[in-house]
Amino acid sequence: MALPATEREAAFGSVREMATGASISTPPSSLDIFADRVFRGLTLIFAGLTIVLVLYIVLEIGGKAAPAMQKYGLGFITSTTWDVNKARFGVLPEIWGTLYSSVLALVLGGFFGISIAIFLTQDFLPPKLEVIFKNIVELLAAIPSVVYGLWGIFVLIPTIRPVADWVHQHFGWIPFFSTSLSGPGMLPAALVLTIMVLPTISAISRDALSAVPPRLKEAAFGMGATRWEAILRVILPTASTGIFGALMLGFGRALGETMALAMLVGNSNQLSISLFSPANTLAALLALNFPEADKRQEQVLMYAAVLLLAITLLVNFCGTAVLRRATVRLSGEGK
Amino acid sequence: MKVGPVRCLWLLLILCGLLSTSLGWAGESVRLKGSGASFPFPLYGLWFKESGKVNRNVIIAYQATGSGAGIKDFVNKTVDFAASDAAMTDEEMAAVEGGVQLLPMTAGSIVLAYNLPDGPKELKLSREAYTKIFLGQVTKWNDPVIAQANPDAKMPETGITVVRRADSSGTTFVFTQHLGAISEAWKNGPGTGTTVNWPSSDKFIASPKNDGVAATIKQTPGAIGYIEYGFAELGKLPMALVENKAGKFVKPSLESGQAALAGVDLPPDLRAWVPDPSGEEAYPIVTYTWMVFHKKYDDPKKAETIRNVVKYALTDGQRVSGKMGYIPLPDKVVQVVSRALDNIQ
Amino acid sequence: MRSMEGSQAADKVDLPSLDRSYHDPRGVLSTLLSVVTGAATVVACIPLFSVLIMLFWRGSARLSWQLFVELPPTAFEEGGGFGNAIVGTLVMVGIAALISVPFGILAAVFLAEFGPDSKLAAGARFCAKTLTGLPSILAGVFAYAAVVLATGTYSAPAGGVALALLMVPTVLLTAEEAMKMVPTRMKEGAVGMGCTRSQVIWKVVLPTALPGILTGVMLAVARASGETAPLLFTALFSNYWLIQDGHLGLMEPTASLAVLIYNFSGMPFENQIEMAWAAALVLVLLVLVINIIGQLLSRQRV
Repeated sequence: MALPATEREAAFGSVREMATGASISTPPSSLDIFADRVFRGLTLIFAGLTIVLVLYIVLEIGGKAAPAMQKYGLGFITSTTWDVNKARFGVLPEIWGTLYSSVLALVLGGFFGISIAIFLTQDFLPPKLEVIFKNIVELLAAIPSVVYGLWGIFVLIPTIRPVADWVHQHFGWIPFFSTSLSGPGMLPAALVLTIMVLPTISAISRDALSAVPPRLKEAAFGMGATRWEAILRVILPTASTGIFGALMLGFGRALGETMALAMLVGNSNQLSISLFSPANTLAALLALNFPEADKRQEQVLMYAAVLLLAITLLVNFCGTAVLRRATVRLSGEGK
Repeated sequence: MKVGPVRCLWLLLILCGLLSTSLGWAGESVRLKGSGASFPFPLYGLWFKESGKVNRNVIIAYQATGSGAGIKDFVNKTVDFAASDAAMTDEEMAAVEGGVQLLPMTAGSIVLAYNLPDGPKELKLSREAYTKIFLGQVTKWNDPVIAQANPDAKMPETGITVVRRADSSGTTFVFTQHLGAISEAWKNGPGTGTTVNWPSSDKFIASPKNDGVAATIKQTPGAIGYIEYGFAELGKLPMALVENKAGKFVKPSLESGQAALAGVDLPPDLRAWVPDPSGEEAYPIVTYTWMVFHKKYDDPKKAETIRNVVKYALTDGQRVSGKMGYIPLPDKVVQVVSRALDNIQ
Repeated sequence: MRSMEGSQAADKVDLPSLDRSYHDPRGVLSTLLSVVTGAATVVACIPLFSVLIMLFWRGSARLSWQLFVELPPTAFEEGGGFGNAIVGTLVMVGIAALISVPFGILAAVFLAEFGPDSKLAAGARFCAKTLTGLPSILAGVFAYAAVVLATGTYSAPAGGVALALLMVPTVLLTAEEAMKMVPTRMKEGAVGMGCTRSQVIWKVVLPTALPGILTGVMLAVARASGETAPLLFTALFSNYWLIQDGHLGLMEPTASLAVLIYNFSGMPFENQIEMAWAAALVLVLLVLVINIIGQLLSRQRV
């Protein structure tokens, strides 16, 4: 089919234009450069603002906490009494409870979250099912903490109570099961916390796993790896920074979770390793006492808040150090 | 990837909102904001809505944040009025410029709800029994101290789980005040307060808010805890008959609550506590709850609205309160409060 | 003949076998791990579905058109709805997203593209991670001091600010990860065509990283919609519509689904408790709808 000459030239002309990229591959105009500078500046400002924001928060809270910090000093961290009338305050049980519940949630949530992520990205399911599952799991992030608390009280605790009683009777000599479950306690709290961080860990891990170039997987298969060898030795390490980020976000969420834990952890100043004993966390302590706190109590609660921020900081520090060590090792092996 | 259509819509909405707020102020309607105690929250909600039907242009927003938070807001002037189960202390009142008018609006009783499927239908608890339970000294339901007052019943051997409030609350304040009034050991031990240092035991668990405690009691066999009467009544939780000052075992009810309030005269600043009422039929654990107003408002319309709403609350409002589990104010109290209303200008 | 020699020769060479034999330990291990992962997924889904089922079971009993157009009932009132709470949640989460999404993405661009190894980036990254652990109540307390006391009133923007504080770390960190995963080759290609760094980011990096960024945004939005504690200190609650008597009450206490659930679930009245469940269900469905819209919009870009 012969086109008229002019049209043919026009057609070829545009193709030539596209081929040589005459309209796109020109050096940037001065407007482009200006826009570039503005954009760079903008991103710099916002990155800086992040630091400013956190500093502002720390200062604001620290400022309020200062009188209490002066008055109670480090004894606050080691004492276990919380007596408003006698003005004796100590948050060691709360620090313990926060760390214990969050670590449990991280371990369980990490295991299940990453399993779900692997299950949803490594071709175990048809794609349509994967999308549906993905949406359902992300939906769980939207459920208000209050609802999780109610579910915990009305469904979870009655379900695990018989199991807990049986375990306590037969294995009570193991420190983890040394008390009986009266209702709210560390285990229900940790389980609900796990479910709350699961969507976060799962969704972000899933993204990290999907972003691994298919070539890597194919190369592994080409070398004769089984499916799981490919996953464990090639895909997971490649996605490790993303997965680690997911775990850190999940852990952060667990540390700061307030409402659901306030309803399920038992709010008791018990310092116990038993999973069935009631406990308390810093966030729950804050949430439950702040509304009614007078000036003096407010300062003490802010001190507890400072401690919580310090714990988050410390955990992040350790996490980043661990990650740095791991990536150095990985890239070192590669070289 | 620029701003999508959904985002544009939000932007537009926000801009319109900001624009119209800067352009126009409220038309004719008077808006009042309040925050504070959660105990009277359902009742106040009903009152404000009803009075809104009568006075068309009145919009009152009240949120339960806790008595302490309400007082804080009131002092910070972020709300027009507050509600508190613990009235106000002298220093709090001094911190408010222009003066404070406290008005008791209703009252309630605190009951000991329990969960004992194999226990007696009407559990009687003597003073010694319930004090020792909450001190953690009595730990089993078949303890002789409890069995003494319930000779006809077979008490099961279950352990006692004490459910207390996890959050600071006026309910705890009133309950511990009562315990402090009847027991030296309690006064020198945990003492009185919105939060106290409860005995250290893994059989003492805590739940937030009245409904949390009620739910925990319901779910835990062998549990006992203190909650507002309305919650136990409407949640159909068994309530213990408590021994009062006169030695009688009284069942919590409207009548026994009113009998407790009847014996108390209100002082001029309208702050009265009833830690241990002396009437024969009096239920021993009762409390007023107050609304806190400024003596002087910048907007006379606000003051007028407040007076109208309080008048409604003191007359028609009291009729509803009984149904909801609150104790209607005795007549002489209503008179005193109506007179004090004139102080709000 | 030759074929027989060929196959004999093949026997002598050690070619990896493509058959999965169950005597092969590596194959067994692989199958075992698949089973374990499958089981873990199923086990994890049991409580997840339990929560959803409880939500649907208790919430759908009250679902009706009324819920969206009526105002909250008081004690002993039958019926009623929470239309104002739905509007309030949408407005406050909208404000929060308007603040936190540009903030998070711009900062993430700096962290991933412009200055990944700089001290500023390390500091910002560290601060963002610390912010993830901020308890929701502290966000509320901070916003109370910063906005409510400054403006002298409880308001929807104050609630939005508190929620934004909770959203920023998720958006920022997820966006950074998503952008880091964009293949360098694509970026180099764009530079080769004469783009400035900013153009590379606008035209190549952001569109490619969009699905990952969207996940972060959706997670943050989902969490913000369900948060109660921050709103208690900043937006309080209201039993009236946002636009009442021709006046837009943006600087007034605003209703929200989360606070409604908190209030109503704590009341001993059947009507209110049922409505609390219905509200929770509506909240979850709302987030699902936003999620789906977000995914559809991002697909159109590609």
